[in-house]
Amino acid sequence: MDHTAGKPVDPRVLEVMLPYLRQIYGNPSSLHTWGNEARKAVEDSRAKLASLVGAKRSEEIFFTSGGTESNNLAIRGVAYRNKDKGSHIVTTEIEHMSVMNTCKSLLKDGFNLTFVPVDKYGVVDLQALEKAITDKTILVSVMYANGEIGTIEPIKEIGEIVHSKGVLLHVDAVAASGQVPINVENENTDLMSISSNDIYGPRGAGALYVKTGTRIQPIIFGGGQEKGLRSGTENVPAIVGMSKAAEIANAEMKTEGERLSSLRDRLIKDLTESIPSSFLNGHPIRRLPNNASIRFSYIEGESLLLSLDMLGVAASSGSACTSKTLEPSHVLLAIGLKHEEAHGSLLFTMGKQNTEADVDYVVNALPDIVKRLRSISPLTPKELPT
Amino acid sequence: MYTEKVMDHFKNPRNMGEIPDPDGIGTVGNPVCGDLMTIYIKVKDNRLEDIKFKTFGCGAAIATSSMITELAKGKTLEEGLKISRGDVADNLGGLPPIKMHCSNLAADGLHAAIQDYLKKKEAQK
Repeated sequence: MDHTAGKPVDPRVLEVMLPYLRQIYGNPSSLHTWGNEARKAVEDSRAKLASLVGAKRSEEIFFTSGGTESNNLAIRGVAYRNKDKGSHIVTTEIEHMSVMNTCKSLLKDGFNLTFVPVDKYGVVDLQALEKAITDKTILVSVMYANGEIGTIEPIKEIGEIVHSKGVLLHVDAVAASGQVPINVENENTDLMSISSNDIYGPRGAGALYVKTGTRIQPIIFGGGQEKGLRSGTENVPAIVGMSKAAEIANAEMKTEGERLSSLRDRLIKDLTESIPSSFLNGHPIRRLPNNASIRFSYIEGESLLLSLDMLGVAASSGSACTSKTLEPSHVLLAIGLKHEEAHGSLLFTMGKQNTEADVDYVVNALPDIVKRLRSISPLTPKELPT
Repeated sequence: MYTEKVMDHFKNPRNMGEIPDPDGIGTVGNPVCGDLMTIYIKVKDNRLEDIKFKTFGCGAAIATSSMITELAKGKTLEEGLKISRGDVADNLGGLPPIKMHCSNLAADGLHAAIQDYLKKKEAQK
């Protein structure tokens, strides 16, 4: 139940990829028949990706190596191209590392950043966002949904505010795409990042939607592929796989979303009801269908993960002890949790393979795990508040 | 990531709990950092007659707490003060590098408990 860390490739995706790993190995840039075949596959894929995000024109989709590169290209590409207009970028306190650290990397080149806060549910503070935008602002970057706490942001409203100030909006939709319907046209989005693996496609592919007319420059230079915005020979098998994944996601989003939401709601309800001093992180309603982020007072996340792993359950944690730094998740701190509360958070992200039986298993196992760890912890009070 | 020994001590921690009327208590770490441990000791004839722990933290924090109680039990106070962080890690078959600093607090906890006992004894004179 850790699909945010990695998803299996859908078997139907693998099926359509195989010919491109075997006989169809042409380079899309070649003029001959073999090249044409590969080029056609890439262009068909572009159309399917456009449909996933509601883009009007398929040429607004640019292929990259993944979500991280898409975020880098959107932010760095827009920042350097628009430096003549201003040097200020607005983002939020809960962005993915690939947005946060890309923004921070621009500081040394003279750009300024503003990190807009979120409320206790992780929803971006729209008033603060509006105030943060100045006449020097060239880009606002906000995620569509947060993969750690599940909260879905009001992108349409954010886009209205950003566009009323004449500024570009980049949306990191890596966590949201394939799970909830997205429409860049209706939602006032100028740039949007997508990752293949997050929609059950292979790793090594991603896409950036760039609205026609958006001022952006490349960050990778070479042979001028992708209309010069992203050089490097196209990863045809991965692109074909990602587009099949997008097609499947489009077709199955509604039924799979409803199925996952019902599993999610039961997991959240049963765990928070059966375990005292346990709380949901993120928004109770506006949340990703697969995301249940729950914190347990008085204990620490890594020992929860180890205990679950011993029973064959994979989950994830907001604790410092599971990361490379000593700080707990910046997202959990941004929603106002104390450090010790953030340390005790557990994240379940469900996927296509998960069933009611998996929810039952966790709901049965976790109360005893929490009880045992609380019996070891010096922070546990004699009488647990409920 | 962890050795079998660490997992064994995490699953079956030795000497876990509190001593109701301890001769010394040592608390080290900070819940803000994700690790907090309290070591309780009972001293008789200059020896660590009983030792127990309670720990909030990751697998390594719980395993090192458990290990220190095994290493220290029955030792003299001087011997107890000589047990180092390295001894605890070695006896667990090693710890991941990032855990050596943040979670390997048990030796400090034991030393703090012994100091607490010595301070109380000094005050009684």
